[in-house]
Amino acid sequence: MNPLEIFLTALGMALITLLCRAFFMLPEQDLPMPQWLREGLRYAPIAALAAVVAPELVLTQGHLVDTWRDARIFGALAGLTFYAWKHSLFGTIVCGTGVMLALRFGVGW
Amino acid sequence: MSLRSRLAWLRAEALAISRRPAFREGARDGVPMAIGIAAWGLVAGVAMAKSGMGVALAIFMSLLVYAGSAQIAALPLITAGAPMWVVWATTLCVSLRFMAFSFHYRPYFAHLPRRQRIALSFLMGDTNFALFIRRFPQLVPGYRHEDYFLGSAVVTFGVWQLAIITGIVAGHGIPASWSLGFAGTMALLALTCTQLRSPSTWVAAVVAACAAVAAYALPMKLNIVVAIAAAVAFGVLAGRARPDRAEVKK
Repeated sequence: MNPLEIFLTALGMALITLLCRAFFMLPEQDLPMPQWLREGLRYAPIAALAAVVAPELVLTQGHLVDTWRDARIFGALAGLTFYAWKHSLFGTIVCGTGVMLALRFGVGW
Repeated sequence: MSLRSRLAWLRAEALAISRRPAFREGARDGVPMAIGIAAWGLVAGVAMAKSGMGVALAIFMSLLVYAGSAQIAALPLITAGAPMWVVWATTLCVSLRFMAFSFHYRPYFAHLPRRQRIALSFLMGDTNFALFIRRFPQLVPGYRHEDYFLGSAVVTFGVWQLAIITGIVAGHGIPASWSLGFAGTMALLALTCTQLRSPSTWVAAVVAACAAVAAYALPMKLNIVVAIAAAVAFGVLAGRARPDRAEVKK
């Protein structure tokens, strides 16, 4: 792509992301929506978060990890354990990343 | 209003908002997430630098799009010279989750003028959303929810932009082997945990995680759409199976 095309692409991307973010904010009245869909949509945010995180943890170049010696998985488990214990966001990030780095650079996984 | 008086008004307004307790609370809650956001922003910035689009365009895109996962998904397509509509379709797939956030925010912000609602929308992200819903599972009458949102959103926006621009400028100076992005993944993992409020949210998260992994080979990040659809379908079924529980939340 040349710079002009990239510029236009970026403009379009900005518009698309903003429209998605503002989708339910734009109308003055609540959009009519059946109760069953409202019920289902309660699960959409957690599904989105889980859907972004899971592939990062268990896939390598698009393939499922085929060894248990993967630093990321133990990092994630350490993070989860820490969260269950202390309920601290900061601690979870530091603990998970620390364990992952220790295994990668200490043990070479 | 002249430009100068408008700027003065904006400055006074910003100052007044930043002094409100709800804004401060939001900002305080946003700070612990900064390490994850910074690491992830740095990684995104390096990826932008390596795509070869040039510093100016990369910064322009980061400031205007302000969606890390959409930008990272778009980069390989831009580098490969894919048609514009493919990049946009991919952006749409990655950004559909924002629609879910928007849906959940609406009752908290519906009383604001439309222009403000759109301005707040621009600042929506994964981090703010999870922090916000953790703090306010239900509306608190009389509380200025928008101030709390702004507090955490401004911290997130500032840290993210600083990090991604640093990454864009420093570019190749940051080796991939540092695995900085993992801190960002851990931040999202922690945020996912904050949303696990009931057994059914656990199931929804597991369903979505499995679907996202299983459907990973789909083009244009459709796996995220599939995962959300699967979890929503589960939610609908769960609501049907227990109509008594479904009544609790209007």
